[in-house]
Amino acid sequence: MNWLTDYVRPKLKELMGKEKKDVPDNLWHKCPGCEQMLYHRELVENLSVCQYCNHHLRISVKKRLELLFDGGNYKEIPLGKVVQDPLKFKDTKKYADRLKTYRDKTKREDAMTVAVGTIGGKKVVISAFDFGFMGGSMGMAVGEGILKGAEEAVRSKAAFITIPASGGARMQEAILSLMQMPRTTIAVQMIREAKLPYIVLLTDPTTGGVSASFAMLGDIAIAEPKATIGFAGKRVIEETIREKLPEGFQTSEYLLDHGMVDLIVERKDLHSSLSKLLSHILK
Amino acid sequence: MLTLDFEKQIHDLETKIEELRHMASGEEMDIIEEISTLQNKVDKLLKQKYSKLSAWEKVQVARHPERPHTKDYIKDLIEDFIELAGDRNFAEDAAIIGGFGKFNGNPVMVIGQEKGADTESRMKHNFGMPKPEGYRKAQRLMLLAEKYDIPVITFVDTAGAYPGVGAEERGQSEAIARSIDICLGLKVPIISVVVGEGGSGGAIAIATANSVLMLEHSVYSVISPEGCASILWRSADRKKDAAAALKLTAQDLHKLKVIDDIITEPLGGAHRHHKEIFKNVNNALQKELTNLKKLNGQTIMIQRRKKFLDMGRNL
Repeated sequence: MNWLTDYVRPKLKELMGKEKKDVPDNLWHKCPGCEQMLYHRELVENLSVCQYCNHHLRISVKKRLELLFDGGNYKEIPLGKVVQDPLKFKDTKKYADRLKTYRDKTKREDAMTVAVGTIGGKKVVISAFDFGFMGGSMGMAVGEGILKGAEEAVRSKAAFITIPASGGARMQEAILSLMQMPRTTIAVQMIREAKLPYIVLLTDPTTGGVSASFAMLGDIAIAEPKATIGFAGKRVIEETIREKLPEGFQTSEYLLDHGMVDLIVERKDLHSSLSKLLSHILK
Repeated sequence: MLTLDFEKQIHDLETKIEELRHMASGEEMDIIEEISTLQNKVDKLLKQKYSKLSAWEKVQVARHPERPHTKDYIKDLIEDFIELAGDRNFAEDAAIIGGFGKFNGNPVMVIGQEKGADTESRMKHNFGMPKPEGYRKAQRLMLLAEKYDIPVITFVDTAGAYPGVGAEERGQSEAIARSIDICLGLKVPIISVVVGEGGSGGAIAIATANSVLMLEHSVYSVISPEGCASILWRSADRKKDAAAALKLTAQDLHKLKVIDDIITEPLGGAHRHHKEIFKNVNNALQKELTNLKKLNGQTIMIQRRKKFLDMGRNL
């Protein structure tokens, strides 16, 4: 019928029904940095970066890859099958059911995408996390994705880039999730032995077992502005030391000040920065 | 000795035995007989209880304060131990101790987390929770061992890497990642023994080994049961459920092929009979060392890598 009955009314109902949902999904977003309301279309045009405070909001893997590869062109590498729910894990919900929910929602098998293409004309393989899939947590599938990316880079003599966006370990895979720390480190060693570049693009968030393995072993570590990067959770640290944390603790800028990353690059400049960098290190 | 909640009945009997021993000044046969009956009862109960400890009960045993720690193993198993300190960059971190010594007559590098045994030593060793400089010291010692072609033995016993502001500022993540990297690249054997708690990244940093052994009642996990419960169940009270779900016992991890072997503990756990556990650990370590000694450096490295690459692929 008209705009009011078709769109506004159901959205209003949704608003009344759920207290927590502040805005309709597709219209406005609240910036997690400055809490300004951001109009969806403008936000997309601005690469999901807040126009007021420059907060870099999380973006989908698809958008991320389109942004980085030349002309937005890339090819995905299919990932092999991995063991499903080997521990038959169940908390308040079965892990198998959680997996199914996320697969239906994201239309992806797990939190990892491996893609090949060029950046500034140089061959590149990217293993990228999808935070939208169980918080980008690292289990067997993610670990295999990092290994697959490294193997492909070695095979095609390409640069290897990992893009973590992950809270850390996939608790539902328990010890096998912890074992992805050495397993992904082997991927880094394969790239090192082939004398190929290994670049990490740290995005929000990079924490826990992900930061304490392949993500902190890059030849070059680039961070997006204001990303949360660290090992232990802020709450855990506060509870341990019983003090307030310093301003800006565990942000990209804080890590840069403490010598833990090489440079911070804004999203809009990532393609050109990576192109330049690769032109220096790849013949 | 600290009594764990599931050991109350055993504890009561043991107290009674102690009292009887005090009373029996001479050769009173009836008292000696009584003691022997009670002792049999205690042994039977211990056997019953310890043969089927739940995951959470194992966590409690693994954290038992009188359970031997890294220092105790070094004292008993390593001759002429020379402790080495410092990471050469920032500080000495006694949460990880390490140095050269001889194991059954052969040189080894020993590295391990130390929790401490009383308030003073617990403070000194930061309760076995290493900071970046602890891991960087471990890296330095592992590379030294490689230089001198000496095998590395690590004792794992930590609740986890220390969560603090300074630790984060100095790159806790990088320190752990680099330790794993160095473990994986070493051309000398590394054998790790989880003697108490294997707490997540803080443990694997020194446990990426050719051979990972666990004491029968030790635990090894990606997160503590309390932490897991509060995140997934939103209630730390569900720690027992979390412990079971995490499959953190030596027996479960052996089935998952994450660890290579289990070292039997004496009746009633390692904390009851230190000498006996030292002997069992000695035998297990010697067996692994003898096997690994036959391999050359390159093979040792490849074997270690392959083991971790295969993990989880054949379940």
